[in-house]
Amino acid sequence: MKLYISTPPHIRTNKDTKRIMLDVIIALLPTTLAGIYFFGYRAAIVLAVACVTAVLAEFIWQKLAHQPVRTGDLSALVTGLILGLNLPPTAPWWLACIGSIIAIILVKQLFGGIGHNFMNPAMAARGVLIVSWPALMTAYTLPSVFPALDAVTSATILSDAQVAANYTYMDMFLGNIPGSIGEVSKAAILLGLLYMLIRGVVSWRIPVVFMGVFAALSAIFTGDALSACLTGGVLFGAVFMATDYTTSPMSRLGQFIYAAGCGLMVALIRNFGAYPEGVTFAILLMNIVTPLLDKYIKPRIYGTKGAKKNA
Amino acid sequence: MLDKSTAKGVFINGILNENPTFRLVLGTCPTLAVTTSAMNGIGMGIAATFVLVGSNAVISLLRNFIPDKVRIPAFIVIICAFVTMIQLLMQAFVPSLYESLGMFIPLIVVNCIILARAEAFASKNTVFLSAVDGVGMGLGFTLAITIMGCIRELFGNGTIFGFNVFGQGYDPMLIMILAPGGFIVFGLMLGIVNALTNRKQKSGKEDAV
Repeated sequence: MKLYISTPPHIRTNKDTKRIMLDVIIALLPTTLAGIYFFGYRAAIVLAVACVTAVLAEFIWQKLAHQPVRTGDLSALVTGLILGLNLPPTAPWWLACIGSIIAIILVKQLFGGIGHNFMNPAMAARGVLIVSWPALMTAYTLPSVFPALDAVTSATILSDAQVAANYTYMDMFLGNIPGSIGEVSKAAILLGLLYMLIRGVVSWRIPVVFMGVFAALSAIFTGDALSACLTGGVLFGAVFMATDYTTSPMSRLGQFIYAAGCGLMVALIRNFGAYPEGVTFAILLMNIVTPLLDKYIKPRIYGTKGAKKNA
Repeated sequence: MLDKSTAKGVFINGILNENPTFRLVLGTCPTLAVTTSAMNGIGMGIAATFVLVGSNAVISLLRNFIPDKVRIPAFIVIICAFVTMIQLLMQAFVPSLYESLGMFIPLIVVNCIILARAEAFASKNTVFLSAVDGVGMGLGFTLAITIMGCIRELFGNGTIFGFNVFGQGYDPMLIMILAPGGFIVFGLMLGIVNALTNRKQKSGKEDAV
């Protein structure tokens, strides 16, 4: 028997960045496939362009900056995929390209790469795109089940009550409504959440508190919490974007405050703001608050419970 | 090294080594707010240069008469006089530029570049050197915000000085001429200037060895 002398930690898990990112990609598969099913080949092209550009941008940047190339950890692929799922199926290819480049270069690499970005890269890129090209970013089409070629444009349910009247709760739940590629099918998103919870990739706290606060406020503001939760990108944001490790607080209390803040901001922007949907700006705002939450609410250090405070 | 006691050294210093916008990071308010187009940038730069040269010269002239305790109010009064002049001149001769710069012309009074040069340079140096410092700093500021204006106008509107660069098919990136675009371009420019300066200093040291 060999004995080693080493510094802690002595027990290591096989959970590395690559494994976690792979789990996120698996969790994103149902909603990706649902988006392609409902919006056809256009959605597939948008997603492919976003993913390829994100990975290429990371590869080229790391080559130019003489950094070790870490595209193998799949984080750029996840960013590209999430960004693509946040775009409308009619988005031109260059919109997906610019979005991915902004997400990877401007928001992620310029701030130090993975783990150092102060905002969720995909979310920030979506913010830049929606401010720059508001018309293209909200050019939603009616779902046209694969392989139909023609798309009919439609207003989002959020901005038009008459459009909303055409759809049942079941349509909204399954995803048979106009919207961004990844946000329409709530059933597929919940399937992804279930997988991530079982695998322990995310905790229930942020998605559940986010949606709970949002539903409660929507019930007060609009009287129809179910419809509010089933429309727009709020569920997608709560499950896949607000839970980003780097830009959400570490402590449990911090996560509760962060998630409640997200829910509050989405409800406020949707009901009183200039934009029909507020998930992007709500999450970006709370991303910026995260360092403050981490500063004042620190997680308990393992092994210190009950220890008396030294003066 | 540049000799800061000669006119040439003082002049170059304002444009390169101590560029008020990119090296000293002074006057960021007009830098972010008015650089939505190249024309706005150059107009703001020239107006600030005029005020800077005038106030530097007069403050330097009066530096031995102004009591130390009330020097800041005295500087402000002198700066205000020049700002009023340029405001009236612009209103009369370039009304469209005056309209588009709006509130930021009277705000030149509180532009920290001008007050900083009055305090740090003009109140300690001769009239001639102070005027040269005003020209150098003013041109450095003009150059910096014109570059920023060009970049933001190019991406946010597809034009430079109103000339169409990208053609009719270009769908402008609106964020660049809105407030976030100002911060993004300013941050990137600071990064580029810092990188160039570091490289220059490194190679300079190697030469010395």
